[in-house]
Amino acid sequence: MSLEEREARQPVLLLTPAITAVGLLLVVPLGFILVYSFWLRTATGADQAGFFLDNWREALSDPFYRDILLNTLKIAAVTTIVCALTGYPAAYFIARSRGNKALLLLLLMLPFWISYIIRTMSWINILGASGAVNSGLMALGLISEPLPMLYNEATVVLGLVHFLLPFMVLNVFVSLDGIDATLEDAACSLGATRWRSFLEVTLPLSLPGLAAGGLLCFVLAAGTYITPIVLGGPSDAMFANLVFEAIITQLDWPMGSALSLMLLAVLGALVLLYNHFLGMAQLMKGLS
Amino acid sequence: MDNTKRYERLRERYMNGGIDRRSFLGLIGAAGLAYGVQTPFARHALAATEQVRFDGWGGVVSEAFRKHAFDPYTKASGIKVVDGTFGGGDEFLSRVKASQPGEYNIAHLSGVFDYARYHGLGLSSTLNEKNIPNLANVIPKLVDVFRKVTDGSLSCVPYDYGTTGLAYNRKYISDEEMKEKGAKILLDARFKGKIAGWSDWRTRIWYASLQTGQDPNGATDMDAIWDALRTHRDLLLKYWSSGAELMSLLAEEEIYVTEAWSGRVHALQQQGHDIGYMDPPNGFGWQECLFVIKGSPMEPCEELLNFMLAKETSIAVAEGQSYPPALDPTKVELGEIIPTLPAFDPTGTLDGLTFADPAYWNGNEQKWSKAFSRIQKGY
Repeated sequence: MSLEEREARQPVLLLTPAITAVGLLLVVPLGFILVYSFWLRTATGADQAGFFLDNWREALSDPFYRDILLNTLKIAAVTTIVCALTGYPAAYFIARSRGNKALLLLLLMLPFWISYIIRTMSWINILGASGAVNSGLMALGLISEPLPMLYNEATVVLGLVHFLLPFMVLNVFVSLDGIDATLEDAACSLGATRWRSFLEVTLPLSLPGLAAGGLLCFVLAAGTYITPIVLGGPSDAMFANLVFEAIITQLDWPMGSALSLMLLAVLGALVLLYNHFLGMAQLMKGLS
Repeated sequence: MDNTKRYERLRERYMNGGIDRRSFLGLIGAAGLAYGVQTPFARHALAATEQVRFDGWGGVVSEAFRKHAFDPYTKASGIKVVDGTFGGGDEFLSRVKASQPGEYNIAHLSGVFDYARYHGLGLSSTLNEKNIPNLANVIPKLVDVFRKVTDGSLSCVPYDYGTTGLAYNRKYISDEEMKEKGAKILLDARFKGKIAGWSDWRTRIWYASLQTGQDPNGATDMDAIWDALRTHRDLLLKYWSSGAELMSLLAEEEIYVTEAWSGRVHALQQQGHDIGYMDPPNGFGWQECLFVIKGSPMEPCEELLNFMLAKETSIAVAEGQSYPPALDPTKVELGEIIPTLPAFDPTGTLDGLTFADPAYWNGNEQKWSKAFSRIQKGY
């Protein structure tokens, strides 16, 4: 075998483990889900194999699913915007700090050491009727009865922001860290104010990181089901809750498969759109 | 039964003249041949029966099982009990459906309707009742309903019973008001934002039947039920989905009233919370069983069931989880604490409790669970 042939084979050999893993753990299960979505659930809970379009017809035509999907996208969008607004200053501060970046990044990663569910449930002890905020306000005499702060859409967004903020900060930080800080000084030396140099120089250059963080936050928020269960009220369900209920509560795996593929298609389209305009390179950079 | 015991029994039969010398030697030879052939595989099989998996409701219930049943059983038999938890029967059924036979062994199922569903999906086994002599002490009514589903045989043993009644904070709601309003207290606009409810569709429809004056095992006006469910939803703080969440909501005074599991409320009362509990007329009675799933190692499972039905174990577990045991109080002396537990029936007839009719509930499960899911989300 010639050197050229060996070199040509190398990528294939190196990629084989990854492709095998993706094939077995993602593509094959996805194939099963696709097949399942055309089956039917019988009255006993058993599945009826075949090619039926009933689940797809219901999922695509029923306004119930459409409305919850739109609500899910809305909650994910609000979460992403809040993450961007609160995460950017934090990332900027870390990127521009001198000497203690590693420590600040470590602090940013600290929440990941605690289970996501426990982190979500911690809000009950903060915002609950006998939680820290209400107890504090009552002790100060500012309120006579606990304020109802939990179990609404705002607390769902709050829980999601708590979960997703580090993803946003990390992505923006990577982007800001790669920008030459002297560019801002150059802008200032040419008469721009600090704010103007930020708006005209730093912000545009950091947009790819912001977009990558936004995509990650949006996709993860749109696929969550724990946060609405723990912190949401009766009508704060998200689309993943419908998938969970169809599969777990109603034992309707075929319908659950159709719904999960529907969500996958919507989020997949979003990722493709992102890739078309911004490319995946920035996302990889942020994740590495 | 282990091989040594089998050999000793065979030898005893031979010594007593039960079988002739030729048959005895023939059986020993056949056993030796079988042992030689299957040894490599037997090791795995024996390892598998060294542990039994048990799945239950978690929280104080699991703690009681672990402390009073599993640990003593493991000490006595050497068989380890691995215990898992689930939030509801539906969730667990989904897990079992996705598993391999033998992966899940015994489950603490609630209601005859769950038993019927598992049987309908081909997940039932057939217990050898000779290996469970303590079954004779169980309330006959609890056993008979299971036999009817599985044509006379059993895939489970009844273990405890309880009710899903109404729990209320006495600081805000008096006993008199509860008696007067019954199930309709859950629709009282005065408590808007301080009412909760279990996210289980059966319980919701059961209570909506009571609120609309209908038979919970035979409602005819479903529109009235959906309306009651919507009214309840609009007054609700949230639907709870586990016993731990129920206890937290009541204990933290996030809610003042909800329907609740009798044992969990008793546990809260024991902790000093001033939570009242009442079963409205036709309140939701249920019995729980220890269900052996098809593909499980039967003998160790039967041995564990028998151990758990022993008087001492049953009483200790019942006191720990605050649900009366399935043991017949007319046959077994249950001590001083059990008669004080909510829903306890000293007659052993359970005539005062209304149980769910499995045919009615399972027959409507597909349609109603979906309908409730929509109402729950604001539709």
